[in-house]
Amino acid sequence: MRWLACWCGASPAELRGSVLNPSSGATQSVSLYRRLVNQGATAFAILAAILVLVPLLAIFAYLVIKGIGSVNLAFLTQTPKPPGEAGGGMANAIVGTGLILMVASVIGLPLGIGSGIYLAEYGQNRFGDMIRFTADVLNGVPSIVIGIAVYSLIVVRQKHFSALSGGVALGIMMIPTIARATEEMLLMVPNVIREAAYGLGIPKWRTTLSISLRTASAGVITGCMLAFARVAGETAPLLFTAFGNQFWNLKLNQPTAALSLQVYTYAISPYDDWHKQAWAGSLILIVLIVGAVAAVRITTSRGMMKGA
Amino acid sequence: MSDSVKPMNSREPDAQLPKPVTSMPSLAKVDAGHRAHTASAVLQKIRTSRPGSSRVPDQVFGLIILLSAISVFAIVVLVVWELVSKSQLSLHQFGLSFFYGHDWDPVNGNFGALPFIFGTLVSSLLALVLAVPLSVGVAVFITEMCPQSLRAIISFLVELLAAIPSVVYGLWAIFVLAPLLRVYVEPFLEKTLGWTGLFTGTPYGIGMLAAGIILAIMVVPIIASITREVLTAVPQNQREAVLALGATRWEMIRVGVLRNARIGIVGGIILGLGRALGETMAVTMVIGNTPQIAKSLFAPGYTMASVIANEFSEATGDLYLSALVEIGLALFLVTLVVNALARLLVWSITGGTARVRA
Repeated sequence: MRWLACWCGASPAELRGSVLNPSSGATQSVSLYRRLVNQGATAFAILAAILVLVPLLAIFAYLVIKGIGSVNLAFLTQTPKPPGEAGGGMANAIVGTGLILMVASVIGLPLGIGSGIYLAEYGQNRFGDMIRFTADVLNGVPSIVIGIAVYSLIVVRQKHFSALSGGVALGIMMIPTIARATEEMLLMVPNVIREAAYGLGIPKWRTTLSISLRTASAGVITGCMLAFARVAGETAPLLFTAFGNQFWNLKLNQPTAALSLQVYTYAISPYDDWHKQAWAGSLILIVLIVGAVAAVRITTSRGMMKGA
Repeated sequence: MSDSVKPMNSREPDAQLPKPVTSMPSLAKVDAGHRAHTASAVLQKIRTSRPGSSRVPDQVFGLIILLSAISVFAIVVLVVWELVSKSQLSLHQFGLSFFYGHDWDPVNGNFGALPFIFGTLVSSLLALVLAVPLSVGVAVFITEMCPQSLRAIISFLVELLAAIPSVVYGLWAIFVLAPLLRVYVEPFLEKTLGWTGLFTGTPYGIGMLAAGIILAIMVVPIIASITREVLTAVPQNQREAVLALGATRWEMIRVGVLRNARIGIVGGIILGLGRALGETMAVTMVIGNTPQIAKSLFAPGYTMASVIANEFSEATGDLYLSALVEIGLALFLVTLVVNALARLLVWSITGGTARVRA
């Protein structure tokens, strides 16, 4: 009966009805209750999607509306003014964020990519599993705890807050993300390519660096950019490492302003003018981060590593 | 050229090996690059075609790579070591009473972390209560219902939620969410659900409820993306089989998809919990920062992470600092257990292929 209906081109809904009540023989629709539950569930899923997207759109809308008015040349070129004085900007914080992220990349990129290579090319054993698990643990450590650890490791020994310690804290947070992304991408490189390289007499180190890693480069770069975007907005580990600074600083061993720290300080301050600057600072921060993520998305969706 | 296809590991006298590499200059350079400069050119070419000639560079490379892998391990050990050694003072002074004492009195050197533990637990649980139905709903919508054209856009937007820095969430919560709660939501909740005792008192806007809501928004992308991965891992046959039995779409999702994926979804939820427990900035900005244990969700509270963020750089005295580090240690241990549990669950479903980002 069912197969016949199928061959005759009956729709699935009709099929369902007939299968549900085989004894009745005739095509009967699904009961009202079940149809209502089905529609209710569909409505809930759509509602959930809307409810999740509303805050996202609201946050972006507020950032643009409240922030765009305060982004001007002064904001991008001046240091903060004392409270009560209008004007001033976050130039030192923008540069400070750049400085901290540079230190973070110097630490995070080589260690992250290195561990990723280890996990993919050498790590198919118990020790590799252990490193993999440790990387996941490190990934889950609350950022504030990393802040404490770096504080007692570097700040206490150096005797003052510094850009270096902030960079180290963020660099540590980058490592696990980059390592796991690199591993994943290297594992996607077909083994045939490696074997071809070995067959030509190319040593393993060269095969790994120039052939496997280069084949996987799009995905690895994605992972690095995502890690970068993730730490760029981090505030908690910087509170007692980079500490913040109202003035210019380009030295690694001095306290440094950072965009996220500045936004935090301004947001919890009682001054209206600072609130406006906080919105503007957030807007710039988010443009940097979302820009990085979107750029990665666009370039990789065209490249070979689709869906990376 | 027939000799060039000889297996690499056939150990023959050097002299009998021709120079297969000369036909591929770029590759010859690859091997020649790391040979000693003293050797003559001919000898060098012969040597480079010998197996084992790249042994030393390979070993050096392997060592460097191994060291960077060990660095991950070393960092975690260092973090734990610093936390344990710096919290010794407080550990000895208070012992277990640190975790059930509810006085936080830096002036008299009396520290009990119960209000912070309470705040962390309540805000995280509240976040999960709000976030779980939403994220599972979104994941189901993306994988099972959404038109193909919308699918990529919606999952990208949900992932974008994870890219927003927590300080921006905090800023938005202070100036948009909290006033909204104070003016509209909290009076309404008090009128309708005030009898439960959970929604009473002055509606400040800022407080446990605001913290829970902002945490929920931050946790949604994590739970949703893992749930999506897990739902996609459910074999298509399952869906077709349940549909063939006459199920409606919702019945198909419930019986064929969600039931199969439940362990992975629980894993995603626990991973979200891990994120919520350790989240600092956004919560610090809206929870009110008052160390108290109140039944009402309108009341301000304090979390473990926020007390560290607020007081660590101003802590005077070793005991005070040590007590704060001990809170950090407790936070680390809790998130460690939570994350390990979550990853085990997610891995058991997806066989380790799901990308776990938190």
